[in-house]
Amino acid sequence: MVNESAPAVDVTDLHVQRGKHPVLHGLSVSVPRGVVVGLLGPSGCGKTTLLRTIVGVQVVQSGTVTVLGREAGSASLRHRVGYVTQDASVYDDLTVRQNLQYFRAVLGAPRSDVDRVLTLTDLTSQAGQLVGSLSGGQRSRVSLAGALLGSPDLLVLDEPTVGLDPLLRVELWTLFHQLAASGTSLLVSSHVMDEASRCDRLLLMRDGEILADDTPAGLLASTGTADTEGAFLALIARHPLAGPGDGSHS
Amino acid sequence: MNPQRTLATAGRVLSQVRHDPRTIVLLLVVPSLLIGLLAWIFSDTPVFATIGPGMIALFPFIVMFLVTSITTLRERRTGTLERLLSMPLGKGDLILGYTLAFGLLAVAQSAVAVGFAVWVCGLEISGSLWLLLAVAVADAVLGTTLGLLASAFARTEFQVVQFMPALVFPQILLGGIFLPRDQLPDVLRAISDWLPLSHAIDALQAVATDSQDAAYVGGELIIIGAWIVGAVVLGSVTLRRRTP
Repeated sequence: MVNESAPAVDVTDLHVQRGKHPVLHGLSVSVPRGVVVGLLGPSGCGKTTLLRTIVGVQVVQSGTVTVLGREAGSASLRHRVGYVTQDASVYDDLTVRQNLQYFRAVLGAPRSDVDRVLTLTDLTSQAGQLVGSLSGGQRSRVSLAGALLGSPDLLVLDEPTVGLDPLLRVELWTLFHQLAASGTSLLVSSHVMDEASRCDRLLLMRDGEILADDTPAGLLASTGTADTEGAFLALIARHPLAGPGDGSHS
Repeated sequence: MNPQRTLATAGRVLSQVRHDPRTIVLLLVVPSLLIGLLAWIFSDTPVFATIGPGMIALFPFIVMFLVTSITTLRERRTGTLERLLSMPLGKGDLILGYTLAFGLLAVAQSAVAVGFAVWVCGLEISGSLWLLLAVAVADAVLGTTLGLLASAFARTEFQVVQFMPALVFPQILLGGIFLPRDQLPDVLRAISDWLPLSHAIDALQAVATDSQDAAYVGGELIIIGAWIVGAVVLGSVTLRRRTP
């Protein structure tokens, strides 16, 4: 399924307004298949809005969003796209296993899938515990496990590593790359710049616009910087802030 | 919609309630305690015999309205609703799943309330006890579905609690417990004819005094049923996959 020519996500001239604020003004971006793409940028730059649009739960003003060759939010995509929201969207008053069993039933995935994702997210020993009694990091792993059910073709993960200890973070990034190697496309957002080097490709975002779309190495080379944080600052200096509603960007 | 997903949702809601024993106890015991209190207050008067049947309609209706509206609002606010709607769950599956789960709880709650009113408080029921239970259950399910609908228009827990006085109290005031409905001013009488709780109370009083035949009670049950279906349909319509 690794096919670089047919993108996992293709966004053209997307305008989204949340409340009275225009969040995305004419954004276009493409996410290739079978790799881990990082969506990086400061808090409030529109990462979550873009991810919500790709998953098909965001009202959009205009623009086209195609996911795996279909219009975002189509009924046929609901089996094929896994989504993890920023706050763990799981039931605190159910056990880990009960949460996953319910999501499994909704997806119509095989019963054995629950044990598979428990192992993948290292939650087997917590399976019988109430989610409300778990730590923040464990709760977000339950949320992630729910998204892995049914082996979706595209995983959209909104800040999945926030609040995790370094060891666990490394384990999760290893998992993401294993999934990508087996053909899954991943779009992972983060506001922590040092996670950038773990991605196959990077999208740097600021104020509703994509500043850069490159590999980590390519980004460092083109900006002549030593780390992603420096690259981001260099890019900001190059692109003065565009006014809202200004749809132009390269 | 798909029966497997509807049942999975109902099962999930029931497991959530099962992990919260205090809510179960409150659900089952509070209506009976209030009915008992009322019977005690009016112990030396004939009042309880007249308003008792209406109370069987009232308390389960209120309790189910509150519990359901808050539970579904919580689902909206914790992000699980957004997750479910990005998955292949039909909107009807969710609403019907909730209705089924809380409907089952309503059966248990009404059975306890009816049993307590009749056998402990000595409420005299001349008609069929089964018919009385059927009306009480329909009424509690009505509370559930109206609660589901109300939660669609609330953004916070504070708002949803305010819906109780806004949507439920007028129905209680106009339902014929405070003043028989045929003595109400004409306009209010006409309004009360359209409110579902009025029909529930009419039906319960008819069963208690055995003053009407089963067809009359059946007609009232159909009106309550129409409200239940209407609330479920409207509730599904107000549920949006895409939100601003």
